[in-house]
This record gives sequence, C-alpha cells and structure tokens, in this order.
Amino acid sequence: MGFFCGTLLGRQTASAVQSWCARSTRLLRLKDFHNRCSREEREACFLQPPTHPRAHTHTHTHTHTHTHTHTHTHTHTPPTTSAAVSIEEGEEMTENSVVHRGKVLTLGTMNPSVKRVEYAVRGPIVQRAVQLEQELKQGIQKPFTEVIKANIGDCHAMGQQPITFFRQVLALCCYPDLLEDNRFPEDTKTRARRILQACGGGSLGSYSASQGIEIVRQDVARYIEKRDGGIPCNPDNIYLTTGASDGITTMLKLLVSGEGSSRTGVMISIPQYPLYSAALAELSAVQISYYLDEENCWSLAVGELQHALEAARQYCRPRVLCIINPGNPTGQVQSRQCIEDVIKFAAEQNLFLMADEVYQDNVYADGCRFHSFKKVLFEMGSKYSDQVELVSFHSTSKCYMGECGFRAGYMEVVNMDPEVKVQLTKLVSVRLCPPVPGQVLLDLVVNPPLPEEPSYRTFFEERSATLAMLAEKARMTQQILNEVPGITCNPVQGAMYTFPRIQLPPKAIAQAKEKGQAPDMFYCMKLLEETGICLVPGSGFGQRDGTYHFRMTILPPTDKLKIVLAKIKEFHQSFTEQYS
Amino acid sequence: QCPVVHGKEAVWATTRNLMKSCWLLGYLGLARREMAENEALSRRQKVLTIDTMNANIKKVEYAVRGPIVQRAVQIEKELKEGVKKPFNEVIKANIGDAHAMGQRPVTFFRQVLALCSYPELLDDDKFPEDTKYRAQRILKACGGSSIGAYTASQGIECVRQDVSRYIERRDGGVPCDPDNIYLTTGASDGIVTMLKLLTAGEGRTRTGVMIPIPQYPLYSAAIAELGAVQLNYYLDEDKCWGLDISELQRSLQAASKHCNPRVLCIINPGNPTGQVQSRERIEDVIRFAAKERLFLMADEVYQDNVYAEGCKFYSFKKVLYEMGPEYFNTVELASFHSTSKCYMGECGMRGGYMEVINMDSEVKAQLTKLVSVRLCPPVPGQALMALVTNSPQPGEPSHAQFLKERTATLGDLAQKAKLTEEILNTVPGIRCNPVQGAMYSFPQITLPERAIREAKEKGQAPDMFYCMKLLEETGICLVPGSGFGQKEGTYHFRMTILPPADKLKILLSKVKEFHQRFTKCYS
Repeated sequence: MGFFCGTLLGRQTASAVQSWCARSTRLLRLKDFHNRCSREEREACFLQPPTHPRAHTHTHTHTHTHTHTHTHTHTHTPPTTSAAVSIEEGEEMTENSVVHRGKVLTLGTMNPSVKRVEYAVRGPIVQRAVQLEQELKQGIQKPFTEVIKANIGDCHAMGQQPITFFRQVLALCCYPDLLEDNRFPEDTKTRARRILQACGGGSLGSYSASQGIEIVRQDVARYIEKRDGGIPCNPDNIYLTTGASDGITTMLKLLVSGEGSSRTGVMISIPQYPLYSAALAELSAVQISYYLDEENCWSLAVGELQHALEAARQYCRPRVLCIINPGNPTGQVQSRQCIEDVIKFAAEQNLFLMADEVYQDNVYADGCRFHSFKKVLFEMGSKYSDQVELVSFHSTSKCYMGECGFRAGYMEVVNMDPEVKVQLTKLVSVRLCPPVPGQVLLDLVVNPPLPEEPSYRTFFEERSATLAMLAEKARMTQQILNEVPGITCNPVQGAMYTFPRIQLPPKAIAQAKEKGQAPDMFYCMKLLEETGICLVPGSGFGQRDGTYHFRMTILPPTDKLKIVLAKIKEFHQSFTEQYS
Repeated sequence: QCPVVHGKEAVWATTRNLMKSCWLLGYLGLARREMAENEALSRRQKVLTIDTMNANIKKVEYAVRGPIVQRAVQIEKELKEGVKKPFNEVIKANIGDAHAMGQRPVTFFRQVLALCSYPELLDDDKFPEDTKYRAQRILKACGGSSIGAYTASQGIECVRQDVSRYIERRDGGVPCDPDNIYLTTGASDGIVTMLKLLTAGEGRTRTGVMIPIPQYPLYSAAIAELGAVQLNYYLDEDKCWGLDISELQRSLQAASKHCNPRVLCIINPGNPTGQVQSRERIEDVIRFAAKERLFLMADEVYQDNVYAEGCKFYSFKKVLYEMGPEYFNTVELASFHSTSKCYMGECGMRGGYMEVINMDSEVKAQLTKLVSVRLCPPVPGQALMALVTNSPQPGEPSHAQFLKERTATLGDLAQKAKLTEEILNTVPGIRCNPVQGAMYSFPQITLPERAIREAKEKGQAPDMFYCMKLLEETGICLVPGSGFGQKEGTYHFRMTILPPADKLKILLSKVKEFHQRFTKCYS
C-alpha cells in the first residue's frame, strides 16, 4: 500500500495513476473474484472435477487468453464498489489467478513490484531504434542512412577513445605473459604487477573480497582525500561496486523498511535519472518527488525540498534524500552554498543523504566547480560531520574514462552505524565480488600516472582532449538548440546531457493522447522515424505537468553532433508547422 | 472511471494549497530555522540503524563468506604481522575459487581478453591467428569497437548466438533460440533475477521456493532478501545425496498449507554435495514439476565437473525435450551457467548466462525490462562467455594447447575428488560420499556429546565450533554444514577439492589429525 500512497501524492502522477488504474481494471476484477471465493470454489469454476489440490494444469492449456480469463471471472463477480480496496487486497490475490492457465509465471502472477519498474533510457524508443538499425541492414529504405543513438551516456560507442594507459594495464593483467614485452611502458607493468599480487593466485579470475580488493580501496581512499583537500577517508568505508547503479540499489535496499504510513520514503529530484524510480518501484518504497527549478538553470531550492517532505510525511516516513550532482539529465552543477543548504536540511530533517557524483570530472561552465558532498560536510564542522549519514557514488563509466562496459564503481559510506555496516558487508558478500577487471580499472582511475612516470604525458593529453571536447560540445549543443524557436535549453554546466524544453502544438498533444502516448514520446518517436536520431522523451525522467522535454547526450563526435542538431532543428520546425 | 483517481485529485489540490502556504511560512521561518536546526541536531539519532533497516536483509545469511572466513582473513593479517601460530599459512578451502588455489587460466581465453582490452596488440605476431579473429569478432559487436561501451542489456547478440549454438551442440541438436539467452553477472545474478520475478503474493499466497538441503546458500539468502518462503527438501545422504521424489512430495504437501509453492530449484551437479543426477531422476523431477505446476530452476554451473565413472551430466533442457511435446511445450525452465566453475574457474570475471524455456512472452518482456535497469553485464565477462561457448576448434592454431590445458585441469580435479573421498573415509568419525562431480566434499562428522554441549553453551552451531577450532589450530578454513542446512542432529563441513594435489594431501592429513585430537579431547 505504501507504493500506492506514494503514487497518490506524487505531483505529476494523477494521469499516471489514471492510466495505471485503467490497465489494472481487468486484473482487479480477477483479483476481486479471488477475494470472494475460496481456492476450492475457484478451482471448481475452471476445472471439474478437481483431481488433486495442485494438479490443474493439464486440462487447461495456453489457449485461454487473458481476455478470456477476465470475462470469465467477471461473470462470477459483482462489479467492484471500491477500486482502492480491491487494489489493496488484490495485491495479495494475484498469485492464484494462474489456476486455469498453463504457465506458472505470467503477468498476473509475477512480482507486482517488478511490473511497476520503468526505465526509459532503454525503453520502447530504444527498442524501435534497434529495429530500425536492423531494417537498415536488411536494405529497407529509410529517410536516413544511420541511426544515431543520443539516448544514453555511452561514450565509447560514440567514438570516444579509451585511455591508452588503462587498457595497457588491463591487457597486462589479463595476460601476464605480456609483462615480458617491451612495448609496454614500465609504469604500466608496475601497476599490473601490484594489482596481480593483490589477486588470489595472481589471477584476475579469482574472487576478490566482497567489499573489493583491499589495495584498490586504499587507492580510492587516497584519491578521495586528495580530491577533498586532505579530509580523511577510511578505506573501510569504501565498497567497490558493479557500476554506480549497483551501489545505489544496494543502499536503497538497506534503507527501505516499514509498512503503510511507516514505509520508507525516498526523495528524488524531478527530472531524475530513472534508475532511482526503477529501484524504488522494485523495492516498493515511496517515491517523493522534489522539482528542480528549470527557470533557474535546474537549481535546487531548499523550500521545494521542505514542501515535498512535509506533504510526504502524511503518508510515508521520509528517510532518504538523493541528489545527483552534476545533474542527470539536467546538467546543472550545484554551488557550494546549495550543497551546504541541502546538508543542513538533511541534518534537520533526519534524512540519509545519497550523493550521486558520477559526473564529478564533467564540469564545463565557467564559474562552476565540482564540490563533493563529503568535503562540504566536513567543512561545515563536527556538528554536521559527526552526524550526517552520507553515501557518495562514483563510477568508471563517465568523466573522461567512459568505460561503461566494465561495470565498475565505488561508494563511500560516512557515519554509517557500525552494525548496519556489518549487514551491508554481509549483503554484498552474497554476490561474491564486483567484476575484477572493473576493480582494476577503478584502481587506475584513482591512481593515474604521476608526472614523472612514462605514461603521464599520453595520459594527460588524452584526458585533457576528451574533457575539452566535451566542454566544446556542451556549449555548441546549448547554443544551437537555443536558436530553434520553440526549444529552450539551459546551459550544460556539467554531466553529458542537455534536457531542453520543447513547445508542442496542442494538435500534436491531442493526437499523442489519442494514441495513448506521452506527447514528448510521440515527438521523439516521430523524430526517430524521420531522422534516425534516438533521444529519450522527458516523460521518462519526470517533468512538471504540461511541460515537455527530451534528453540528448552531447557525446557524438563534433561533426556528427552538428548534423544531429541541425536535423533536430529542421524536424522541430516541420513538426511545429505540421501540427499548427 | 476509477473512483480512486477522483479521491486523489482532491488530495492533490489540498496538497498543492498546503505547499503554497508552506512557501510563505518558509520565508518567515528563516530566522527560527537556526534554532530549530540546533535542536534537531542535538537529538539526532542515526537514520539507518539495525532496528530501522530492511528487516529482510537482516535475515540474509551467507556462510561461504561468513564469520569463519572473516576470522581466516584476520589470522592471515596476524601471520603477516609476525604473530606466532601453530601454522604458517591459512588454506582457504571454503570457496570454489579455482585460480586462487593455483589453477592456471586457459591461455586462449586470456590472450583474446588482452587483445580486446588493448586492440593495438592485434598487430603483434605473438598472438595466434584464431585469438585475433575471436577478438575482432567480439570488438566488432561492441559499440565503437570498445569493450568499454554498454552492450544490449540481454548481452551482446553474437555472444548469445555463440551460447545458443553451444547449448545445441551440448544437447545433441535440441534447438536453442538466442532470444532465450540472457547473459548475466555470474550465475548468482541470474538466479536472483529469476527469483525476483517469481516472488509474489502475501501471507498464504506468498511464493514458496523449494530448495535442496544441503543447499548452496545463495538460494536461502536470495529467498530471505525477497521475503519468499523457503521450502526444504532433503537430499538422501545414505544414497549418495540422491533426490527422492517422495521427499519432494512431502515437502510440497507440508508447504501448501502456508504458502503457494511455485518454484523448484535443483543444483546438478550438486553444491555442496557433489552428486550427479541420473537421467531417470531428472525425468522424475520434470514430471513432478509438470504435475505440480512448478517453475523449474536448474543450476548447472558444474556441468563439466563430472568425475565418477558411470556418471554423466544431463542438462534439464535435453531431458525435457526428450520427454516429448507434452512436456517441452509446457514446463517452464530456467537453466544457469557460469564462467566461474568447470575447467575455466574465471570467478572474478563474473560471466554467466541463463536460458529461459517456455517463458510467457509478456513475462519475458518484463524480464528484459528488469535487466535493462542495470544496463548490461560486465563486457569482459561476456567476452569470456563467448570464448567458453565458442572455444578453439580442431584445425585452429590454439586448439592443441586449449585441449591440453582443459584436459589437465579436469583430470587434476578428478584425481583430487577421488583422493579427498578416500582419505576422509579412512578417518574414524568422518563419513564421506563419493565426489561424483562439482568441486566439493560434504562429509558427515561425528561429534562427541561434550563438544556439542560446549558449542551450545557458546551459542554456536556444533560444526561451527568444530570448524573454528580447526581454523585456529591448523589454519584450514572450511565451512560448517550448518551454513548449508543438514538433517537435525547431523554435522558436516564443506571443503573444496581445489588445492593443488600436494597441498590437498597435507590438508587432508591435518584434518584427519585434528579430528582424532578433537574427538579424544571431548570424549
């Protein structure tokens, strides 16, 4: 029921609830039926005679479709009087709706929390993009020759080159016979040897400690200390993860408890990165949305946090505040002052802070700087730094590395209750360990070549070139999009995305609604079909009611990005014309 | 229209009004804020404590990396610091970690992985042509030709094709659709994902999951985390850990009163018990699952680890298909495999796959959506899975060495399986079934009454007490049987057969010595 209340009061969700209800109606009738009949009665409806309490499959095959099911059950059931009640009770009843069907696992009997999970970044639009790619390969004529996927922050797929130093050390670790080879600089060999020594049997193929290889955690701790101007970091507080997503999900898993109005509420920004809403749905936690201020460059106002929190207190127990800085999908970089305000707020309201800082090197705008939550927390004095519980996430997938495929990351927990920490360590041990190649990569990221080492120059040049290129593309994207009438775009201060607002003509909105699509999904789908450009509609991230956006990465190579932007411009104009 | 929605809109409007007034109050209250803040801080307790955390997580237990292993790590540190012990090395026979125990990685695999990591090596003539060909094929399937790109969430398509061809070959031509293959982050990931999909209902309708006892504790851990109901069926130790259908029946019947049993998990070859199921028994299990409408989960990660004469690995899928359309068109099955075991032992890469059979197409869409949230399995592990399922063929330059390495590793394991069983069975008070397959021995140990009493006084399981003492006195790290489950009043430990033969011999004789000493001491 916690989930339900959460949805109930989420700000933009009335319509979502409506469609959810519509979808569920069929199911509800079935559930209601189950509520009213005993198991025996239900079985009697479908199977005569019942042979064995559990033997009901073979007489009933897949030919019974869903529609059949529902009409059938409905005839045994008076119409429901309160949908709310039947939803609540129905959750308990889905289980037995398999009675007359062949399959054990169906949409009706599967985990209902999983059904509620949505992940737009790889949603229907991306599935269609993959289809289009296949159609192109088969020689089907399209108004474009190539699908450009600007939907996901996948740097290497967009042509960014891996850092040579990282890959050399990885090759050495995979195949240590290469240590004899003189094509590898000495510092790559030193690193590889050091890492292999820390692996069981000198092999990347051994399990590591579940928390991660100890020397890697030490290197991470030193990196954090350096980044934060000397604020101490204990390697015991570092947990290596399978990408930042893994860490975020694990922490939320620990934090979610209670039932009904004591169910854990988790505050997330809107627009958000949909991993958060997906994880919350899966855990049946209550999502508490706080809105970023688009007019003020997607900034965060503590007043808005306050409102969201107070409203949520009536139906759940808010315990967690998630912040993404630099922002995804919104690209803003938080000021030091704003971070301080957030920490004060969390302290006052007894909230556990989760800081998603995976874009910490991706800061482009003049006057903007990355401040880690940890650093600010410690600079606020022991009143805060002794108390506020914080976990911060980082990853090898973003920044200048872009090594998404390795699924590596870490989290640092600050002020975590020691008993809970034991539980966390136990929990991660069930999954044995994060992938070791990713742990190696993370070690190299936090312990890159030093100025006096042979790989330093190449490393430095490659890193600078990548970051400079991203900065240029961030500026270019903002500039070109803002030239288009009907598109307004905040500066991309950091991260890898722009999240421009698009003006859609009422006729387009109406048509989208007729098709049962979100208007910006309708827009993005048309864009994809006409130009081959794959973006993610704003509705997948959340946005204020009545506004429409899309998320686009700034990752395509400059010349391609220019073409993408020009095509979007053209498309937007023709779309606006068509529907005006 | 749904009445809830109207109700909601009303609440909505109130909320919005409330929020407006809060704005004003917020500004007025700025001055009061500082005071309130200090007050709040002074009575602040931790948000996340043992009492407020997710209660299901507290119930999770995972003995393979439990307290005994933590103590082993501590002792290792103490040894390094020069603390005197009655031994000079900790031997970790607690976990199936092949490379850590000295098993060598297969050269071919590592060469291709090195090429994929650093493609400039493709012009190096130290690498055989077939390794280059494999690397190029994998790289071509990666975005931007880099293993640093995300892949499809289900896994790289050409890898899934390799996997399906491998399964077809293994199963004598039974067809396999690459769309039914999901690459995973080790088999554990796949198992947890499937259990997550399957768990639903509340109270008496909550999903029940049947697992063998003794079991691999990933199962009990996942079930606890998901709040599903664990249903135990006992393997028959006296019949070489055989599976008895009447025991399945008993377990199911007992469970039907308090939950909705929907899943039957089988581990074959067995972990920790090392038995290999006969074809007939698999048929019986499938018939049982069909009759009782259970979703079958077959953990087959040890499929190449079969040592005993007369034993052979039969995949559940193959048997299912051979039982005819009545079964293969209906029984839902998920089978799991991994790069961590067999002759590969590449645990650190976290590679694996699952094949789903007869899965409802709507549920499959949900599964694909669910895995997409985690983006993709680690790409090096996917590459490795491709190599395992598409290994060098006769005629290719790497074939001879590949074959030699694989045969040596498997031969070695077979020898160690025999050695372990033989030596342990010479110890009075230790009784050990043949290690037909997998990587573990799970002998029963007879413990003196006094030891059991003393353990209970300390609040420890008697076999934990035994294993802890063994660790402190000999440096050998085993996992007590209580971590896997066992019939009440019996005691066991799990020991891997992985240490190199000479070390394994020392280890076994130390266990023997210890057991005799322990028995004497507590008699």
